[in-house]
Amino acid sequence: MGDVGLLKVENQNQGYIFSINGPVIKAAGNVSFKMREVVLVGKEKLIGEVIELKNNYATIQVHEVTTGLYPGEPVVSTGKPLSLKLAPGIIGNIFDGIQRPLGTASEKFGFFIERGININPLSENKRWNVQITVKPGDIVTSGMVFAKVQETSLIMHKVMIPYGIEGKVTDIVSDGHYTILDKLIGVTSKNGTHDLTMVQEWTVRQPRPYNKRLLIDRPLITGQRVIDAFFPMAKGGTAAIPGSFGTGKTMTQHQLAKWSDADIIFYIGCGERGNEMTEVLEEFPKLIDPRSGKSLMERTVLIANTSDMPVAAREASIYTGVTMAEYYRDMGYDVAIMVDSTSRWAEALREISGRLEEMPAEEGFPAYLSSRLSEFYGRAGRTINLNNTTGSISIIGAVSPQSGDFSEPVTQNTKRFIRCFWGLDRNLAYSRHYPAIDWLTSYSEYINPLSNWYKENVNPSFIDYRNELLKILQEESGYKEIVKLVGGDILPDNQKLILEIGRLIRLSFLQQDAFHSIDTFVPLKKQFLMMELILFIYDKCLELLKNELPISFIKETGVFEDIVKVKYTIGNDEPEKFDDLKKTTGGKLDQLLINYNK
Amino acid sequence: MQLEYIGLKGITGPLIILEGISGVAYDELVEIQVDGCDMRLGKVVEISEEHTIVQVFEGTQNLSLDNTKTRFLGHPLELPLSKEILGRVFDGVGRPKDNLGDVYPHVRWDINGKPINPVSRKYPRNYINTGISSIDGLTTLIRGQKLPIFSGNGLPHDALTEQIVRQAKLPSENESNFAIVFAAMGVSYEVAETFKNSFEQSGVMQKVVMFVNLSNDPTTERIITPRCALTAAEYMAYELEMHVLVILTDMSAYCEALRELSSSRGEIPSRKGFPGYMYSDLTSIYERAGMVKEKNGSITQIPILTMPSDDITHPIPDLTGYITEGQIVLDRNLHQKGIYPPINILPSLSRLVKDGTGKGITREDHGACARQLFASYSKVQEVRSLSSVIGEDELNNIDKLYMEFGRSFEKEFVSQGIDEDRTMEQTLNTGWKILGILPKEELDRIDTKILDKYYPDK
Repeated sequence: MGDVGLLKVENQNQGYIFSINGPVIKAAGNVSFKMREVVLVGKEKLIGEVIELKNNYATIQVHEVTTGLYPGEPVVSTGKPLSLKLAPGIIGNIFDGIQRPLGTASEKFGFFIERGININPLSENKRWNVQITVKPGDIVTSGMVFAKVQETSLIMHKVMIPYGIEGKVTDIVSDGHYTILDKLIGVTSKNGTHDLTMVQEWTVRQPRPYNKRLLIDRPLITGQRVIDAFFPMAKGGTAAIPGSFGTGKTMTQHQLAKWSDADIIFYIGCGERGNEMTEVLEEFPKLIDPRSGKSLMERTVLIANTSDMPVAAREASIYTGVTMAEYYRDMGYDVAIMVDSTSRWAEALREISGRLEEMPAEEGFPAYLSSRLSEFYGRAGRTINLNNTTGSISIIGAVSPQSGDFSEPVTQNTKRFIRCFWGLDRNLAYSRHYPAIDWLTSYSEYINPLSNWYKENVNPSFIDYRNELLKILQEESGYKEIVKLVGGDILPDNQKLILEIGRLIRLSFLQQDAFHSIDTFVPLKKQFLMMELILFIYDKCLELLKNELPISFIKETGVFEDIVKVKYTIGNDEPEKFDDLKKTTGGKLDQLLINYNK
Repeated sequence: MQLEYIGLKGITGPLIILEGISGVAYDELVEIQVDGCDMRLGKVVEISEEHTIVQVFEGTQNLSLDNTKTRFLGHPLELPLSKEILGRVFDGVGRPKDNLGDVYPHVRWDINGKPINPVSRKYPRNYINTGISSIDGLTTLIRGQKLPIFSGNGLPHDALTEQIVRQAKLPSENESNFAIVFAAMGVSYEVAETFKNSFEQSGVMQKVVMFVNLSNDPTTERIITPRCALTAAEYMAYELEMHVLVILTDMSAYCEALRELSSSRGEIPSRKGFPGYMYSDLTSIYERAGMVKEKNGSITQIPILTMPSDDITHPIPDLTGYITEGQIVLDRNLHQKGIYPPINILPSLSRLVKDGTGKGITREDHGACARQLFASYSKVQEVRSLSSVIGEDELNNIDKLYMEFGRSFEKEFVSQGIDEDRTMEQTLNTGWKILGILPKEELDRIDTKILDKYYPDK
């Protein structure tokens, strides 16, 4: 083993390992690398990325385990930054943080992830049914669609002219089956001729270009009541879900990945549990999308860099995900990205920064944490693309605050760049109130830009009802403080009613059962009717109280319990049953008043 | 050829520094001979062309700059493995401690392990019946899960773990193909002995592999101990296809050893002096639990950690909770009330419970019953804090029922004998009996059909 020695190679773009410190190595020798260039480290050709060039040393973060590397082993330049292969075959697949396909890796190398595995990200043998949409002589520009491929039953993959190419189509192949490496069309431009295949490459750290940003004007409908009705998310928006462990971040992210009405979902498991990714892999193919009737996996892409996988690749994984998402946005799709969790990404940043001995800012995190977060969330948005289609990227990031304390650096910095905040509360989770989104600390800045959409597409009163319910909950929390101190009996009846209605809203509307076939996804129409029903009962009770009927009488009728059960008893497409229920409960209460007055 | 280097350039804490060495790999195993006899092990933690830093597992006592001979072995620390490790006791770095001689290895595995490809994992679904109501009913343990016990000094986490080991069985299968790996890190001699006695008494000692680093053993050795234990577990799970239960105690001692090492390397600390990479480091231990599709074996982990000053937000329990699939939290108040096991169910959780329980596996009402117990017991806490202000007599009738519910829940459901082995039926029936104290309208987490079927008649 000792015979490797110092392998100093005098090649142009080849250095050698000088020192090793966890995932960070230093290379010396002829290191005329570029910043952010990919280099191959050691004899096993581990993938690394240049992150610092100083005093004739290149500092490299290695995306694989560095155990067994020797000083003196070669470090070879590739001349390219970390980039992705973009072509059909992405949807339904699972990749690691630097786009290595984990399914193929498992077939080839077994159940452990080995080092130095070099596999093509996308299958180069699979033949896709291609339909060419241009003719010879057509003038094409960057981003224009020149071929179509049915990638999955849900997604039509539009093959686009790579960025930077503009010119005239010289020749095309006939429609038929081709691999991603086959030439489809030829284009001549100012710079010469180009043979275009289905593949294009793009660097992960650079956003893909678009024509124009658009303002937010439509919601990302999730079927989760507390989100859609109270704190809505927009297509092209940004949201954060912070919560300490056990509050249901992952559960909420899974629900959003399942039921959001985006065209394509990217689920990035960034430094989280392996079993959670396995769960998605086992569960999603069996789940049926309520809108299309197809399996959810037909529109889902997984990026899995679980916590035990190398930390540098974890840092890269969120960029890998968002870059692929931008590629599909460019085709005119609404894409949603779930990152679980951005804190693990930030910790990867901290770990690498610590190995570089950079001056830390708060809690050991590097000073550039906030600018990196803003760059990432800045890649969300609705855009008009280069080919004049409209697409969007929505980013929902889970945050795992240390000790559940929302004042820690990652949560605080994230809050500056997101506009929708779903704070998970430990006490709600302890009492098994799920989703444990705290209605008192959460907010959505999209409520104003979206209110017109709700008024036009659901009901003109939607936003008013929502505000009314939130107001009741606010009051409830105030009265609950009093109850904690002196007990509930001394409150006047109208305040007791607020407590009852508050409880009703919490149990019937805010709590949602992810495992119940009806309740797991609730359309906006039913959400509206539920709010209407609660307010109907509230008004009715107020009326009874005016007639000096004690509130305990109302409770005994059991009307509140009937309403709590509405989520299970009334299906998602049975609006008429709400009218029936209003009649029967209204009748019960009217009868109560008549009997009381007698 | 392996070269021996004489002398050192420097010593700080558990680290030694050598210069002018070539051909040494990162993470490589090192033998250090002190004064020509005392043999110690270490590993390379940092190398550059100029210097090599080695962490000495047994500590650097008695080392001087010129009394050592250092040999680099050319491979990372490997554990010799064969079927014969069952029933054996090893020290913290995997050397036999029971005077029964060396293990003749079938294979030697790198103790650092490798990440499992999530595509190859098998999602855990088989529950393990522990016979303890608060675990089986509310935070069900699933085969292949990592479920830690968050405890405090002086709480009966050891007794609870022993009871789990004694009583654990799979309801669906009737097989004896199980093994236990026990790793002690910085625990006292008595604790390790009690565990050993308990294994012997229940007649499972032949199925146990022990790795013991006691509190008076070298601190840095503790970094290695859980990795040795998990490598042995992986060998049994993936080579011998056994079902392995791994007990790691005490993870707090492990984390403190990590902090000690980090500070002697002069690293930038994050919270409470713990290194910034502690999350990644802990995952490299906890994520080694699980099952893979190709093999029949499984690794279930029960790490035990003592929360410093019972603080669940301390970095050790905090980071652990973010990695593990739930937690069982022991509570000092319950313990002082004489309740065993003193499991506080509110912060306790098992994330895999939804797929491992319910119709066809345990009982259709399991989920509903558990959800309602959680919700009602959480309401009990509110009522109790109210009653501590205005007195129990002043409470309204419903709240008085909640007080009664809380007491019965703690006395009849949570509390049980140290040898009491309850079936799932008993656990769920007890749950319903206690829920029966509350009026039906208060049970708002249960589907009407289930409620009508199981709510006890008065």
